[in-house]
Amino acid sequence: MILDLARFFAAERPFWVELEKMLSRLETEPGARLDLAEARRFHYLYGRTASDLARVQTFASEPEVRGYLESLVLRAYGEIHETRGRGKRASLWEFLTRTFPRTFRRRAAAFWLAAGITLLGCAFGAGALLLDPEAKNTILPFDHLLGDPTRRVAEEESASKDRLAGAKTTFSAFLMTHNIRVSVFALALGMTWGVGTVILLFYNGVILGAIAFDYAAAGQAAFLAGWLLPHGAIEIPAILLAGQAGFLLAGALIGRGNRLPLRARLRAVTTDLITLIAGVALLLVWAGGVEAFLSQYHEPVVPYSAKILFGTAELVLLVWYLARCGSGEE
Amino acid sequence: MTRSFSLLLRTPEGIAFSLPLAGPVSRLLACGIDLACVSVASTLAGTLFRALGIVSVDLARAFMILAYFVISIGYGMAAEWFWRGQTLGKRLLRVRVMDAEGLRLSGSQIVLRNLVRTVDLLPAFYLVGGVSMLISRRGQRLGDLAANTIVVRAPREEEPDLAQVLGGKFNSLREAPHLAARLRQNVSPQAAAVALQALLRREELDPRARVELFGEIAAGFRALVAFPPDIAEAIGDEQYVRDVVDIVYRQSGETSLRPRLESSA
Repeated sequence: MILDLARFFAAERPFWVELEKMLSRLETEPGARLDLAEARRFHYLYGRTASDLARVQTFASEPEVRGYLESLVLRAYGEIHETRGRGKRASLWEFLTRTFPRTFRRRAAAFWLAAGITLLGCAFGAGALLLDPEAKNTILPFDHLLGDPTRRVAEEESASKDRLAGAKTTFSAFLMTHNIRVSVFALALGMTWGVGTVILLFYNGVILGAIAFDYAAAGQAAFLAGWLLPHGAIEIPAILLAGQAGFLLAGALIGRGNRLPLRARLRAVTTDLITLIAGVALLLVWAGGVEAFLSQYHEPVVPYSAKILFGTAELVLLVWYLARCGSGEE
Repeated sequence: MTRSFSLLLRTPEGIAFSLPLAGPVSRLLACGIDLACVSVASTLAGTLFRALGIVSVDLARAFMILAYFVISIGYGMAAEWFWRGQTLGKRLLRVRVMDAEGLRLSGSQIVLRNLVRTVDLLPAFYLVGGVSMLISRRGQRLGDLAANTIVVRAPREEEPDLAQVLGGKFNSLREAPHLAARLRQNVSPQAAAVALQALLRREELDPRARVELFGEIAAGFRALVAFPPDIAEAIGDEQYVRDVVDIVYRQSGETSLRPRLESSA
């Protein structure tokens, strides 16, 4: 028997249109909620359309109608069987004061792993320069860091003109976007079972350790702290947070000690990953601004003590923020 | 690992259907179109912000850097969010991102699959993503695996327009109701569907192919039931197919949908 398609279409179409309207509302309005009567009606329309689809599949091989009904049933199925909470309209204040720091604390183990690997890298970089000063040429990727630290400090302190004049905003935008890209990369490398994230963090640590050792050994620790702390107090933890996200993803992928199937494990961390990387991006916007507008200015323009104090205050605030903010109702 | 070419879904209501997965070629083409979109949007933004150079060259350059960054990273996310899993390229190629289990595609999933693209692109030209697509069971690149998404050929979302073939025109085959009833019995659903599709897509056909196609379909129907020559020979092949489809899909002899609508109401 072949379905009387025209009659069937005419009789059922109003229900499909009604279902489609409800679906469009649910899909386009993040805060949309159905009251009890609407939910019942939605469920009825879903059931009716699913039944129509079954009839079309059984009695009429008409791909146009079947495709349309499959699309409707699929969308309604997604809404009805979805168990994750509906996304609320994003509030930056809520995100900053609760969501981000809480997510950081809930997934802190991955952060400590990132911090540990970076510290290992730092030790390696410092150790390499201690044992072989020539290793600097191999380790450090930046030409301006390959020279003698004392000479560089002298040049910076005696500079008579602002070398970033007329380019500070551009430099700041470059730093922001570059560092955010690196952070996203650190997260995405979690898909290599974390191996890529480990390499990236370790290498970052190696560079950091080598620079720190080089300047400290040359007696330029104050310059180093004044140069790195204002932006580094935010930038370095931000990269560690990106590493945290990478390890979170890798942990879900590996699933050690977790008996959930892979898809369920990945689904469980998706929101946290996005929260972490969004927080990292905001931190790096701040760090990029500070690096371009403050970090590159040294004594006598800006006293080292002021820069060190500023960087330390940032670090203390960041530690408090990540450790305590939004913990009241946790 | 067995590679499947469709997403099989079975709802608790017992409805099962499959959605064909998008192939690598259509995804690659969609990606190419999206790259072109990003390039055009970046160029436009660059031109716009270059004008800001009148005020400050430094500020103009900074805005250009930021605009390129936001467009290149945000285009896929924004488009897939607003068009429910489709970018412009995907819309044109009729493919769509979906949750791998048929659930609602969330914003987090969209963002994550777009962020992990940075690894899919490695070392160049989507090599990692392409290899992942070829070896994964559901044709997923790493971003899709991380976000639990798949890319399917987009199911039809617009209402089908049956009026153009079942529009209630005069049907001479109905003048022999007993033969029309026999025709309805003998035509298989597959043959009926082929005829309906041919009618729905007749304007897309080359004129010569159109004549040949409807000739073949009509010959098949004519062989099933022999209508009297004064009815069957008076109409062309395409009209014959149209009349057969009308008989098969509309079981009564009504010449218009309107009385049906009123009676069903």
